[in-house]
Amino acid sequence: MGKTLFDKVWDSHVINKIDNGPDILFIDRHFIHEVTSPVAFVGLKSRNLKVLFPNKTFATADHNTPTINQHLPIKDVLSAQQVKTLEKNCATHGIDFWGLGHKMNGIVHVIGPENGITQPGLTIVCGDSHTSTHGAFGAIAFGIGTSEVEMVLSCQSIMQQKPKKMRITIDGNLNSCVTPKDVAIYIISKLSSSGATGYFVEYSGDVFKSMTMEGRMTVCNLSIEMGARGGMIAPDKKTFEYLKGKEFSPKDEKWDRAIESWRNLKSDPDSVFDKEISFNANEIEPMITYGTNPGMAVPISKEIPYFNDSGSKSSFSKSLEYMNFKEGELMSGRKIDYVFLGSCTNGRIEDFRSFANLIKGKRKAENIDAWLVPGSLKVLKSIKDEGILEILKNSGFKLREPGCSACLAMNDDKIPAGKYAVSTTNRNFEGRQGPGARTILASPLVAAASAITGKITDPREMI
Amino acid sequence: MAYDKFNIINSSAIPLNMDNVDTDQIIPARYLKATERKGFGDNLFRDWRYDSNNEMIKDFPFNNKNYSGKILVAGKNFGCGSSREHAVWAIYDYGFRAVVSSFFADIFKNNCLNIGVLPVQISESFLSELFNEIEKDNDSLFEINLPNQSISIMSNGQSESFNISNYKKENMMNGFDDIDYLVDRKEDIITFANKISH
Repeated sequence: MGKTLFDKVWDSHVINKIDNGPDILFIDRHFIHEVTSPVAFVGLKSRNLKVLFPNKTFATADHNTPTINQHLPIKDVLSAQQVKTLEKNCATHGIDFWGLGHKMNGIVHVIGPENGITQPGLTIVCGDSHTSTHGAFGAIAFGIGTSEVEMVLSCQSIMQQKPKKMRITIDGNLNSCVTPKDVAIYIISKLSSSGATGYFVEYSGDVFKSMTMEGRMTVCNLSIEMGARGGMIAPDKKTFEYLKGKEFSPKDEKWDRAIESWRNLKSDPDSVFDKEISFNANEIEPMITYGTNPGMAVPISKEIPYFNDSGSKSSFSKSLEYMNFKEGELMSGRKIDYVFLGSCTNGRIEDFRSFANLIKGKRKAENIDAWLVPGSLKVLKSIKDEGILEILKNSGFKLREPGCSACLAMNDDKIPAGKYAVSTTNRNFEGRQGPGARTILASPLVAAASAITGKITDPREMI
Repeated sequence: MAYDKFNIINSSAIPLNMDNVDTDQIIPARYLKATERKGFGDNLFRDWRYDSNNEMIKDFPFNNKNYSGKILVAGKNFGCGSSREHAVWAIYDYGFRAVVSSFFADIFKNNCLNIGVLPVQISESFLSELFNEIEKDNDSLFEINLPNQSISIMSNGQSESFNISNYKKENMMNGFDDIDYLVDRKEDIITFANKISH
């Protein structure tokens, strides 16, 4: 029997198998940030351990950092202390630290790929659930807890039960204004926020083949939102082109050898998945969420559904109550207060291009506060170089500096209680974007259309 | 970090009959700014326990004095979302040693096992029995027996078994963690690292 892409990468990284227990899995690349790493370093110290391979760990500051005036000291005392602690820990253990202002700084899942650290066939982990993003390159990438961060720092490996395998196939062509974000939210709405728990997903079919690398990252990023440990897409010509010449990509004859081995990274025709699911591309519309988990989503032209028996009624009602929405109500046309463009889900240059294309020559609605936060300093530079900043300014938008920002609202970028935000992020959990904040997840196109009208707006009405 | 050994616990339970409880609810992001593992229990379910004026929200089960115990009984897909281990630290620090549900999110479950909180996964029907039992008698006792891999309702003897790998079971019973195990095998790891050429 053949092997799946997932099997090929996983099996080649197993150092040892424990009977009736987990596998010991070797980790090729490890990303750390200021929030989930400090306690791991405390652990190292108390056990008197060193970092085993400091050059396999990469550090950035992103989760709690401000998105304005980054050249000034961080005002929030605790945030400043966390970033300082990371800087010190990195210096002590010889780990590269890309702090605020460093040309490589940005959101951990944006900087890995854009610098070529993320490559096909690798195992990649980080103390952050959206590590699944890196699966877009045919890597096995997933989020871990702080105890596991300590394991990777000290032993470059972790102990994991091998997950089951699921393949999601979408063939056909996407309709106008349907973006990778909509594809992902559509899948989650069909499978629910726990539908892929216990599985690692491979995405296949026309839709993912024709998607750009950045689109693939958006899809893999959201794999965790249906419970999957991660998602991956077989590397192809697009993957190789994206990586060619990047700072950490292999060079010269190493590059040729890498391509040769990367070409084998695909599921064999006779490989078997524990679960196979398929959808038709033409059934997917621009999507928005109405509840408090990413599975509670509908096509933007449709009403909020009535409760059905797939979950608990009290949880469903609690969600709608929090959002102040009602069953059967149409969301399109509802007034909103904030628009957020950014995050590891939709904070890359293509997201800014698509936002800018739609708003070009139009004015931001008066009632909208818009926060546009690039995923990295490199994205910020491209926004300027490509003239996107001009377009944004002319339409009444301002640009912030990179970071996770209002995606999880650890810094000052908090949506006020009771306010509605159309957000290109990944989680609409209660209070995620600030205590009492009401999040509506959507694509950069829906965010752009809504920023112009001040209401939840179908981008197809504006193009 | 070492934790208390887990063998058999006999305790009443606190119910949280809600599905899809995510780790942002268990501990909101604004409480993740510590650089040491201290004081997370105070902020467990912060925004469900207290309103924006810091007043106790009376109908949240944790604020009901009739409920207490070392066991948290929760609805399905408990611990979904963010990988923050702080969520499990908060649960442990608050005084829980076991979380019972019909379904756990993967990363949360791993985090639990790594720090000594036992995730007990049971059938939906037995989970309903537990919720009914707690509602009927807030002080009702439950036994979680790790060596036997079983959970029982003491008042009526009803019981169900749960799964855990032998490896993790031994770890929990001895208070060991994976780091201890890996550090002992560092040589193998270094050999492996030299063998694969990435």
